[in-house]
Amino acid sequence: MARNLSMKDAINEAIDLEMTRDPSVILMGEDIAGGSGGQGEMDAWGGPLGVTKGLWGKHKERVMDTPLSESAFIGAAIGAAACGMRPIAELMFLDFMGVCFDQIFNQAAKFKYMFGGKAETPVVIRGMVGAGFRAAAQHSQMLTPLFTHIPGLKVICPSNAYDAKGLLIQSIRDNDPVIFCEHKNLYASMADVPAEAYTIPFGEAAIPREGKSATIVAYGLMVHRALEAAETLAKEKIDVEVVDLRSLSPIDMDTVIESVEKTGRLVAVDEANPRCSIAADVIASATEHAFKALKAAPIAITAPHTPVPFSAALEDLYIPSAARIADAVRKQVK
Amino acid sequence: MSDRIKQVVMPKWGLSMREGKVTKWIVKLGDKVSVGDELLEVETEKIASAVEAGDAGIVRRILGEVDTVYPVKTLLAILADEDVPDSEIDAFLSTYVPPVAEEGEEEVSAYQNVTLPVGEIRYAKYGDGAKTLIFIHGFGGDLDNWLFNTSGLADQFTIYAIDLPGHGRSVKAFKDPSLKGMADVVLSFMDELNIDHANLIGHSLGGAISMKTAIAAPKRVSSVTVFGSAGLGADINMDYINGFISAESRREIKPFLEQLFFDSSLVGRQMIDDILKYKRLDGVPEALRTLADTVFKGGTQAQTLADAFKATGIPLLAIHGKDDHIIPASHTDVVKGFAKVELFADTGHMSQMEKSKEANALIAAHAK
Amino acid sequence: MSNNPFPLPKEKLLEAYTKMKTIREFEERLHIEFAKGDIPGFVHLYAGEEASGTGIMMHLEDKDRIASTHRGHGHCIAKGVEVEGMMAEIYGKATGSCRGKGGSMHIADLSKGMMGANGILGAGAPLICGAGLAAKFRGDGGVGITFFGDGASNQGTVLESMNLAAIWNLPVIFVVENNGYAESTSIDYALAVDSYIDRAAGFGIPGVTVDGTDFFAVYEAAGEIIKRAREGGGPAFLECKMVRFFGHFEGDAQTYRAKGENEENRANKDCLKIFRSKVTKAGVISDADLNKIDDQVLARIEASVQKAKRDPLPTQKDLLTDVYVRY
Repeated sequence: MARNLSMKDAINEAIDLEMTRDPSVILMGEDIAGGSGGQGEMDAWGGPLGVTKGLWGKHKERVMDTPLSESAFIGAAIGAAACGMRPIAELMFLDFMGVCFDQIFNQAAKFKYMFGGKAETPVVIRGMVGAGFRAAAQHSQMLTPLFTHIPGLKVICPSNAYDAKGLLIQSIRDNDPVIFCEHKNLYASMADVPAEAYTIPFGEAAIPREGKSATIVAYGLMVHRALEAAETLAKEKIDVEVVDLRSLSPIDMDTVIESVEKTGRLVAVDEANPRCSIAADVIASATEHAFKALKAAPIAITAPHTPVPFSAALEDLYIPSAARIADAVRKQVK
Repeated sequence: MSDRIKQVVMPKWGLSMREGKVTKWIVKLGDKVSVGDELLEVETEKIASAVEAGDAGIVRRILGEVDTVYPVKTLLAILADEDVPDSEIDAFLSTYVPPVAEEGEEEVSAYQNVTLPVGEIRYAKYGDGAKTLIFIHGFGGDLDNWLFNTSGLADQFTIYAIDLPGHGRSVKAFKDPSLKGMADVVLSFMDELNIDHANLIGHSLGGAISMKTAIAAPKRVSSVTVFGSAGLGADINMDYINGFISAESRREIKPFLEQLFFDSSLVGRQMIDDILKYKRLDGVPEALRTLADTVFKGGTQAQTLADAFKATGIPLLAIHGKDDHIIPASHTDVVKGFAKVELFADTGHMSQMEKSKEANALIAAHAK
Repeated sequence: MSNNPFPLPKEKLLEAYTKMKTIREFEERLHIEFAKGDIPGFVHLYAGEEASGTGIMMHLEDKDRIASTHRGHGHCIAKGVEVEGMMAEIYGKATGSCRGKGGSMHIADLSKGMMGANGILGAGAPLICGAGLAAKFRGDGGVGITFFGDGASNQGTVLESMNLAAIWNLPVIFVVENNGYAESTSIDYALAVDSYIDRAAGFGIPGVTVDGTDFFAVYEAAGEIIKRAREGGGPAFLECKMVRFFGHFEGDAQTYRAKGENEENRANKDCLKIFRSKVTKAGVISDADLNKIDDQVLARIEASVQKAKRDPLPTQKDLLTDVYVRY
């Protein structure tokens, strides 16, 4: 039975279902229950935004608050994964990756290859990404290009509650390390979500809107901006197709190229900084493989090459807007 | 509103349709149309189809633009007789207030769940006519396979469409994955909803289940209508069945779904996505495998029901697409002696969708 | 030989000697072969440190996990990884234990509980906390041992892991193999406290320091803390004071050492000599027994080098495999 569920609740439900199904699934992170060792309530927070609220009550010792010690607990999650567990480690804000990145990109990502195929590391590292929360430069980044660059990692960034649940369950069951990027400004977004467990395979883009005259490729929050732009453009008789990548590694370039071959125009939208971004990657690939189909130069709409600013006045300028996306398409269609 | 001004609006085909795209106008300004004439083509996320005139008149205004998406109930055209002056139409349009989109109330109430011995079964109910129709989908399908039929017939009948066990949003396990077990589910559904007797309409495997239900409880079945039905012969396209079960991605499943239709372009993105959403639920591929291994054991249909059904004396209408690639139209030969058989030209396995207008007229005429 | 004063029966003593000797000859041979230029990259040799890895590993089973260091050959051999696969790996051959994709610094065999040598100093400590956590959830009494040098002992990962292991009461042993040098920098420069015992105490972890050139000292100290960890007593810290016979890496001129330091180490701090002397003096094992093992080990190393040299290199198809389980 499908219910209208927020992305936050869909993520909670995905973890709950998998912890119930598979005793090797464990959850760890800072304040994911909250209240450990104190005199007050246990499960006081359920994560800083309450995403994991209630899971401690159901799964007790398999839901572990950690000390503020990212290298140690992220590494422990990876080590436990290499020893047969299926840990989900929450990094709270993925910006904190800086302090524990070695464990992720030098250890988890490389075990299988370095060890000649003889290791599996089924760990999920999930956390918040993205701007718009007035959380400033160290709590707002879209670091997806950084993770996507690393062979051995899989990188997922859902745009809606339905995809979030299916992709997270797939991440937990997947035998490779997965970086699961949750856009904090999408936690409240609602979608019809089946109550049952289901999986969405990696490397399959979604097409939330079909169209003939231009392709907008986006992921995460930017899918919504792209759809908003498409809505505006529809009133101008510009029929836009929106591709939601949702899985950045592996990436479904086939769907992007098919779409570009149909429309002849490509705008790639990325909340990340422009250099070596997902948008740059998509445009490079599409240009290489669908050059003859292009009727206009592809355009990347990204954040500027700056840290994320604090002031709302600046942050709103930083995040790619529907208006900028629509303008890019107009420029191509002219 | 003047009743001399007739509105043509974006139709609502099925519960989940919220908007549709005008792809082509079949009529032009000044054309005279009769009830049932095709006015324009509309493409939804699920399927493309023509909008028919609900009133007669002259096409006086065309408001819906091609390649534009409009919400359901949006005014697309005005029909009016010659004697209605333009000024009256303009006056109507100047004061026209677009209907406010209903926030899904109807959708919530139409989809319901009922707990049967087999487990939770989802169904949809529409209309409140004197005669009752129960729609039973085929292998891998769900109640939305009937969206053009239920929406087209709801004003005349009380309609139930069910998700069989292992399908749609119903329980993903079977008590008994045979035709007999499925017929038991239909009967227990009728018991639970106090439906004493009904007209059964089945598609494909659902056709065989309808006939099996009638054989098991002839007093409770007034008539049976089947589309592209199983249960009439041995052949079944196992490439399709196996491919449908094993396909995991859009790319893998699309060619199989295209086999279902005469015009494969009817397989839209949304149809594929909806089927994958279902197939990706835990337990679904296993349930489909179990069902296929039972009803299509060894790659042929495990049971043919024509003789046993004939003995019930219940009226049978067998409709089949001539270009059905899943179950051949020739299977209907065995019922020609006692049933009404209609073969649709240029039609594939999904005849109830592909020729919904003709199908609905036949269903309505056949129902007791 | 009725009176055996050692905590191990004779066959176990022979096994321990075989392991130590195998490590020694493996490293001595690599020292020679590396200089010939046949071995790609760089290697860090464990010679001189054998008693540490072996003394600890004699307590472990396959279900127990170890996380090793860049100087990992000895840990691998002591934990049961096959010498032939290791040698082929170091030569970059397709038959190597990592199919030529890891090399000296990344030899691993998870089926033997060997979670990998590691090119990142201190990186094994968080990983072994995970191994300890997994053992705790499984309830199989398994332990995790992480090795690091006196250099890596200053990594935040090691210190964070000591805290994590302590608060979660994990069956994890932190082993610092203190050979006195972090690459070329002396421990006297890089360690702020006088004793690792003090540092461990700061994390609420019991610590013990042993003479790492004495197999029996290591064996006994390790036995106690491993038993305690298996029984739910939580983590412990073990310092093995030892010497490194070679440089940080092959090719290191070692000008940072005092004059005569290496010669002194070879003469008086050789754990193999010390072991031989103890067991023969006690009359438990004869020189002849040990010499026989020496010959067998030398023959095995020789064969492994010859095989490694003959074995095929990986090919282009191997470049793209083993990145993901499924992609």
